[in-house]
Amino acid sequence: MTTPFYVPPEQLMKDRAEYARKGIARGKSIVAVEYDNGILVLGENASGTLHKISEIYDRIAFAGVGKYNEFEQLRIGGIRRADLTGYAYSRSDVTAKGLANAYAQALGNIFTQEVKPYEVALMVAEVGASDDDNRIFKVTYDGTLFADRRFSAIGGEEDALLASLDDSYEDGAPLATVLGWAKAACSSLTEDGVAAGEWEAAVVDRTNGRRAFRRLDPAEIDSA
Amino acid sequence: MIPEVGDRLPLEPTTPAESFSALLRSRGVEPRWDFVGEADNVDPPEATTVLALRYPGGVVVAGDRRATAGNLIAHRRVQKVFPADGYSAVAISGVAGIAVELTRLFQTELEHYEKIEERRLSLEGKANHLATMVRRQLPMALQGLVVIPLFAGFDVDAGEGRLYSFDVVGGRYDEADYTATGSGGRDASLYLRTVYRDDLSEAEVLDIAVAALVAAAEEDTATGGPDLKRGIYPNVVVVDEAGYREIDEALVATSARSAMGAS
Repeated sequence: MTTPFYVPPEQLMKDRAEYARKGIARGKSIVAVEYDNGILVLGENASGTLHKISEIYDRIAFAGVGKYNEFEQLRIGGIRRADLTGYAYSRSDVTAKGLANAYAQALGNIFTQEVKPYEVALMVAEVGASDDDNRIFKVTYDGTLFADRRFSAIGGEEDALLASLDDSYEDGAPLATVLGWAKAACSSLTEDGVAAGEWEAAVVDRTNGRRAFRRLDPAEIDSA
Repeated sequence: MIPEVGDRLPLEPTTPAESFSALLRSRGVEPRWDFVGEADNVDPPEATTVLALRYPGGVVVAGDRRATAGNLIAHRRVQKVFPADGYSAVAISGVAGIAVELTRLFQTELEHYEKIEERRLSLEGKANHLATMVRRQLPMALQGLVVIPLFAGFDVDAGEGRLYSFDVVGGRYDEADYTATGSGGRDASLYLRTVYRDDLSEAEVLDIAVAALVAAAEEDTATGGPDLKRGIYPNVVVVDEAGYREIDEALVATSARSAMGAS
């Protein structure tokens, strides 16, 4: 039997974090911005079928960046959790906060206990009855949970995106305007910009009725 | 190595994939109404007459509002017609408590599938799933607690409305023109047979649906006719190309008044 080398825990965590960050940085980032009637979630995605943004529950949208199979698994887990809670109690008892906490726990456990950490960052956005009730949560690969207001970003280029949105953001803007800001923020990351039709965007909009989630079609995204 | 029968292939999910009912079962929390013996000494409220009709634009589903327990009126404002998802409706007859819970489960199931797979189940897939749910209730039905739904929706691929009726063992039947179930279902069907045409407009089909419920209420005590004094009118919904929508109560009230010969 060989004696295992001693690795200090600091080093172990640093290595894991670096591994996860590298994986996440390979993919495209995603932004979320509040507008007058809800929250827009937008990212660059050349695939029309493999979505990064999707519906979790009536007023809650999910977005993931990084490794597709890993955030897809978390998406399905989130839907199961939400549907179970809503069925057992009431639809109004499913909240973004509860869901984000569950994601944070899951990712935190995976980060410390599994052979390799998940190379993902997640966003959970919930539209409320008024702007003050909107919630945007961000969960990173190690299970750290952030609550953002007005706008948020996940992925390797998070800081640049947040800086760009901070310059343009104003309260109460309509969807078309906010779509413009979000696209401009993402386009500014590359020299060539993003081609038309390579966007993925969805909204949770309080005017949509019970199921607030709606995907924006390419024509609507390109028109802004 | 050749996998033996019963061996799991690696692709088979160990936890349920897109099925919400299977998820509930795996957690041991699916709704159950197990008890031994006959149901003679329980008299739960029963939902009575519901009906559905096809017309060129889609389908109309309607139900009266009464629930009875034996010869008593248990509830006057029961809802028996529900949205199943954006393009289909389900109507219930039989033991109300079980039927309403099964409807809630069915709705969650369809939405769960839609979110996970990012597509809706086909209309036939939804009907088959509902048939399975009815079949699971067979032991209860044998003990006297029967639930019979109606299912109607718009088949987006075929571009037409379709109706499905069910029997107590989970048999599923495609209906060509109209169908009705519940205690006044027979009377409603008799009325529909005399007035049904396959070229009805939406306005005509709404009037006929309400009139059929009024006809059933005339003959069957368990079916509640429109109550003009309290303002209780049948639930009427339409599923067409644009999806599920409930018909405004004021419009139903007008149909109900004319069907009852009131001004």
